[in-house]
Amino acid sequence: MGRLWHSLTKNIDTPLMFIAGMIVLLGLFTLYSAANENMVRVNTQLMNIGIALFAMWIAAQIPPQTLMRLALPAYLIGVALLIAVAMFGDIVNGARRWLHVGVTRFQPSEMMKIAMPLMLAWYFHKHEAVLRTRDFIFATVLLAIPAALIMRQPDLGTALLVLAAGFYIIFLAGLPWRIIGVLAGIVAAATPVMWSFLHDYQQRRILTLINPTSDPLGAGYHIIQSTIAVGSGGLTGKGWLQGTQTHLEFIPERHTDFIFAVYSEEFGLVGNCILLLLYLALIGRGLMIASGAASFFGRLLAGALTLSFFTYAFVNMGMVSGILPVVGVPLPLISYGGTALVTLFLGIGILMSIHKHRKLVQT
Amino acid sequence: MSIAEFRDHDREMHRFRSRIAAAGVIVLTAFGILLGRFAYLQFFKHDYYQTKAEDNRISIVPILPNRGLILDRNGVVLARNYSAYTLEINPNKVANVEETIRDLSKIMDIEARDRNRFRKLRAELKGAESLPIRTRLSEKDVAQFAANAYRFPGVEIKARLYRQYPYGELASHAMGYLGRINDRDLEKLEEDEQLVNYKGTDHIGKTGLEQFYEYELHGVTGSAQVEIDANGKGIRTISSKAPIPGNNLTLTLDAKLQELAEQAFGNYRGALVAIEPATGGVLAFVSKPGYDPNLFVDGIDSESWNELNKSIDRPLNNRAINGAYPPGSTFKPFMALMALELGKRTPEYTISDPGYFTLPGQGHRYRDWKVGGHGVVNLHKSVVISCDTYYYGLAVDTDIDQLHAFMSQLGFGRPTGIDIKGESSGLLPSRAWKKKRFKTPGEQKWYTGDSVSVGIGQGYNLATPMQLAYATAVLANNGVAFKPHLVRTVTDVRTGTQRVIEPEPVRTVPLNQKWVNLVKAAMVDVTRPGGTASVAGRGTPYSFAGKTGTAQVIGIKQGEKYDERRISERFHDHALFVAFAPADQPKIAIGIMVENGKHGSSTAAPIARLVFDYHLLGKLPAKPVAPEAEEGEDE
Repeated sequence: MGRLWHSLTKNIDTPLMFIAGMIVLLGLFTLYSAANENMVRVNTQLMNIGIALFAMWIAAQIPPQTLMRLALPAYLIGVALLIAVAMFGDIVNGARRWLHVGVTRFQPSEMMKIAMPLMLAWYFHKHEAVLRTRDFIFATVLLAIPAALIMRQPDLGTALLVLAAGFYIIFLAGLPWRIIGVLAGIVAAATPVMWSFLHDYQQRRILTLINPTSDPLGAGYHIIQSTIAVGSGGLTGKGWLQGTQTHLEFIPERHTDFIFAVYSEEFGLVGNCILLLLYLALIGRGLMIASGAASFFGRLLAGALTLSFFTYAFVNMGMVSGILPVVGVPLPLISYGGTALVTLFLGIGILMSIHKHRKLVQT
Repeated sequence: MSIAEFRDHDREMHRFRSRIAAAGVIVLTAFGILLGRFAYLQFFKHDYYQTKAEDNRISIVPILPNRGLILDRNGVVLARNYSAYTLEINPNKVANVEETIRDLSKIMDIEARDRNRFRKLRAELKGAESLPIRTRLSEKDVAQFAANAYRFPGVEIKARLYRQYPYGELASHAMGYLGRINDRDLEKLEEDEQLVNYKGTDHIGKTGLEQFYEYELHGVTGSAQVEIDANGKGIRTISSKAPIPGNNLTLTLDAKLQELAEQAFGNYRGALVAIEPATGGVLAFVSKPGYDPNLFVDGIDSESWNELNKSIDRPLNNRAINGAYPPGSTFKPFMALMALELGKRTPEYTISDPGYFTLPGQGHRYRDWKVGGHGVVNLHKSVVISCDTYYYGLAVDTDIDQLHAFMSQLGFGRPTGIDIKGESSGLLPSRAWKKKRFKTPGEQKWYTGDSVSVGIGQGYNLATPMQLAYATAVLANNGVAFKPHLVRTVTDVRTGTQRVIEPEPVRTVPLNQKWVNLVKAAMVDVTRPGGTASVAGRGTPYSFAGKTGTAQVIGIKQGEKYDERRISERFHDHALFVAFAPADQPKIAIGIMVENGKHGSSTAAPIARLVFDYHLLGKLPAKPVAPEAEEGEDE
């Protein structure tokens, strides 16, 4: 029995597992409250967690060399699926994001969140000896193709996250600071031009962020109500299951993208600090793993996955507390929904694999 | 691993770690910003957001008071409330109103008049939160909608109290009606600092007693603190303050008398006001045709509105207080009284009536209604047989301003002050009035010729039936004038305490009782054999004082004879009658006008007889009475 347990868990990183477990647990309690004490959603989420943990376990077993071999096919399949979505995808809420696969449907863009850094990490690893400017340019092209496809769906949020994941690889690979500076300058200069390319609803979301009261019943409603929920939580919160904003249904999307408002209302500033610390611990552990990874591929991948995780957490909490525009980004490991959970735990699994194989892969 | 490779690796590791460190700084900064934001919201602005959350959570819901009832003097309920379900749309919460109505019409009947009313209300009441698309839902409709309610966000079934007038048209012009609160009403409510009390109320008295006693009838709105969800659905009541129901009004009006009087008009248009001279209490208040005030209760549809508004009979016009007609010969008893009081005539003074009157040095003949004249006429006879020539001369002998001063004491030319808004003043001419009325100095001057016809209640003279009844009551009461009023007591429904509206003496006209008695005696003889209203007055066990009158609708040229058979009904003369009884101890005074009724004696006087018989003797008419225009011969 002990041996079986050992062989099952030998690739599982205890600190990562512990931190992720804590966050997931907080998430379940929050979800129970958000669902008005209805166990149905919690049970479904438990099933999602089961599937996600299994995915993590699998990923943790796969050595980085194998992952490297998977990089190119995963990327190509991902891009192919994105093209398929653009041609035959289902339209939900005005966006073409979903693809039917048998009885279920999934978002290929979600897959790109892992496939993208995988691909770029592999590419830079291949050219590790001498990284030249053209490698960075090529990497940028590799990044731009799926990002553009996702943006067309339109799904600005996911596109930005995929872009971020890719950018982290390029950044960690050593993109010179001066080029980063120039890029930042270009982005700043291009903002007004980009603005005109945004959809009306995207423009509105950004405008309402600046002044939520301009449209209190429309686009500003989400921000106003979630900010009220967070603010009214106070220092120690209204208590579990006691949030009035939550239970009287003033918080929109309170199971998914706005679940942080529920958490924040019921657990207050103290709860928020705990959550921030847990996220920080997870990110710290991830960056530690990245620093200790055996290969350039492992370092880049571990670093980028960790920073992506950070990005989700930051964007989501920023959006709910009203300092970032409303984009469809779930709160990592807490928001209800299977897809995001599987993606995140896959990432964690990869981190674990990189960590366990840090001594085995040596050139 | 070679040294070079190792160094390379080392440099690369160094660069990577510095990048990781940079990333770490970014992560910490970002989380620091979040922490700052959380602290700002949850610590520094906590009170603000706490209040916001409470405002979200708790809604103050008005609890409407029951509107007071209106009862007649014997307790007959003339206006009450009933509860009914309405289907209401909140235009602010419905994306496409027309589409919603179309979808609703698939699950229940929505007629064109419902749609029209809804559109009209919506146009009138911009920003209203809830407007009825259907009223008085059947139980089937309610069930039908409840099953489909999820498909219609912003559409709700509401239980509301509605005003109901069980007797329909009866006394409609006295009762008035309720209508939806519009912008003008809101301004008025704001002025009266009643806005808070009217939260949740959407109907208000628009005319009649419903309007005049609005604040008595409305009551005090209560409130409940209700916890609501984001959809505004009430979850539970936290606390509540009960409303205070509106006060009941008990009228001086006698519903039975009213009914009788209205029936007595038959198909004629016209008005009648009956007053208790000793108190000013109004016993009957008729304006024919009336209308059904129930039509207005849930917002009148445009079809019915147009029908009422465009009808040539003008049923919405309150003739009793807004219809100004020449008083005609009903003015004569007051002229006679004036003549005696001012010393212009003595009872013994006589004239010889050739059948016409001329002003010195002028050829124009002011004709008496009787060709050939009445012969020798003194003051008594002038009233009994209604001699025009006598009054032509009297009017010329009296300065118009003196006449104005005397007559205005009797209530002519000014509102009587009855408890219904919008009363007309009628017109009692004077020099000042003419100066104001006309522009050129030639027109502005008062001529003796202007006075002649004033003497017989024609010319510039105009009076409302209300004013006729009032002046008659003042005369009947020997000069003591009471303010006419329809409401006798206001009852607090909770405690049962009654507030009596005391008869309010307005003034005492200084009259010599001898002269009053003389005029009264003449009026009694009007209803006796030889008088102009002898037919109507035949066989009364009480003494019946009256005066007939006829008001010309069209002018008749000099030398032309008025032939009623040759002109259309609408141009027939208006018939008038004023009366009181019993003459020695008046209990009722009355002013009647029958539009195009031709003769006061044949159409107006019988109505008075009927009303008196019922009021004084409790006698009901043997047959349904409708006056017929007979060939009468008065004036």
